[in-house]
Amino acid sequence: MSVGRMKRSNWFYFRTVIFYAFLLFLYGPIAVMGVLSFQGETGGLTFPMRGASVHWFADVFNPSYIGDFRWPWGRSVILALIIMFLTMTISFLAGLAFRKGFRGNTFFFYLVVASLIAPSILISLGIGRMFTSLEMQSAWWSGALGAHLTWTLPFGVLIMLAIFSRFDPRTEEAARDLGATTWQTLKSVIIPITLPGLVGVALFGFTLSYDEYARTSQVSGEYNTLPLELVSVTGTASTPALYAIGTMTTIFSLLVIGISFLSLFIIQKRRSGASIGIKES
Amino acid sequence: MAHLFEKIQRYSTALQMTPLGIALLLFLIGPIIVILITSFWKFNGFLTIPDFTVRNYVKLFTSGLTLDNYLETIRIAAIVWITTTVLGFIIAYYLVFDVLSLKAKMLLFLLCVVPFWTSGVIRMIAWIPFLGKEGVINRVLMSIGITDEPLEFLLFSEFAVILSYVHVFTLFMVAPLFNTMARIDPALIEAARDNGAKGWQILLHVIIPLCKPGIAIGTIFVLSLTLSDFTAVRLLSGANVGTVALSISNQIGSYNFAYSSANSLFLLIVLLLIVGGIMRLVDVRKQL
Repeated sequence: MSVGRMKRSNWFYFRTVIFYAFLLFLYGPIAVMGVLSFQGETGGLTFPMRGASVHWFADVFNPSYIGDFRWPWGRSVILALIIMFLTMTISFLAGLAFRKGFRGNTFFFYLVVASLIAPSILISLGIGRMFTSLEMQSAWWSGALGAHLTWTLPFGVLIMLAIFSRFDPRTEEAARDLGATTWQTLKSVIIPITLPGLVGVALFGFTLSYDEYARTSQVSGEYNTLPLELVSVTGTASTPALYAIGTMTTIFSLLVIGISFLSLFIIQKRRSGASIGIKES
Repeated sequence: MAHLFEKIQRYSTALQMTPLGIALLLFLIGPIIVILITSFWKFNGFLTIPDFTVRNYVKLFTSGLTLDNYLETIRIAAIVWITTTVLGFIIAYYLVFDVLSLKAKMLLFLLCVVPFWTSGVIRMIAWIPFLGKEGVINRVLMSIGITDEPLEFLLFSEFAVILSYVHVFTLFMVAPLFNTMARIDPALIEAARDNGAKGWQILLHVIIPLCKPGIAIGTIFVLSLTLSDFTAVRLLSGANVGTVALSISNQIGSYNFAYSSANSLFLLIVLLLIVGGIMRLVDVRKQL
């Protein structure tokens, strides 16, 4: 705080301008796309707007349209939900193990980091080739599922590591001393305390899978996920319908983010309420 | 009894790590081994055939295209890294030291990171109506008379690719920098000032050194994402940019799995060396 006060005259204003310019840069293009998706029926991919309509939104749901986005969208949502549950479960369990420390934990840590930085094209090609060599056909629910896990698990595990490094082991010991079984400790102490972290892992798991393009590119098989469908029509379908689907999927993502933060807020609220009077679980 | 309990505890750790182990074995280690094997196979123009030849690697290390691709990729990565680091630092600094209310701090930080959870592909496509010949920027520039003709370098160019990388990857720098900067003890800054340090001296000798871990983590993200991306190049470069990942993706497109395997394995090694070097300098795990 005192750092800012000393130079409020010039550098402070410089940083303020940079910050808000960055926000404009961050949200500007997507906002323009949002506006253009309401382009009139005769309008094109850029300004001027020739009237306003919801024609292009309707076009997305028109099966005769070059890219029928309904099925890819459904696949992406189902895949994202599966990935979300797998990432939460696997990361939580790994977090429990990392917390206690075990032989080889450094190896696993570096493996997780390797999974984070491995080129997406290598993962995708590798999984694709693996399926081919096993004489199997990779699909969005098999090969792509694995490819997505290599991207969501590092985030999940690193979040759980951060959560557990702030977890006071004495709370768990206290529960044990009071006679709680391992299962009761898990259910009534560890999970509630780490719940905000788990919501975070769920958010990362869902959104990173829902939006993943590069890792899916070689392994989706016959049926595209939504990001694959989007990239494939970008070159060919030059109508504002592309913006309409972009706007819709962005709104969907924002809803998912909103739900996550709402649940974090509710958890926080309940927690501060619970600390006043003791509630039964 | 205690002995038995210990045994179960040790067993439970193994059980807890099993799902992660299986997932990484099946979808990370497995594919890398398959890639390693395939990189020694040969491609006859139609099919990739089991073999043991180092031809792919010889071609990789003698081809001028490889060098060109790497030089272009490294140049783009360097520009993106410098831009995101400077921008990320200013943004994190503003959030940590200039915004005083905790609520405003968290809200503005969230505004910076929310796009991370939305589609990168869409955010790349969203630049098209902005940068095109008839796009927003050209219209504005021409209407206020700065230029007479539309600027063509804006879209389907290296510029568009770099802009989109900065757009999508800056928050990978902002988040870790915000995290490390927020942990700086204000007493250290007070102490420096009491000892007569000027603003820039505090920045140079106190704040930046303490931010090193944040910069390191941000760098790992930005470099690994930039070096292995081919989506932005495909959507926004208009075939004017040849990066390593794009050429791998093109080789896959022409079914040359043997050569693309060697190529992507080399990219992985380059990335592991870079990230390994950074992790040697800074203990990343301590930052969690």
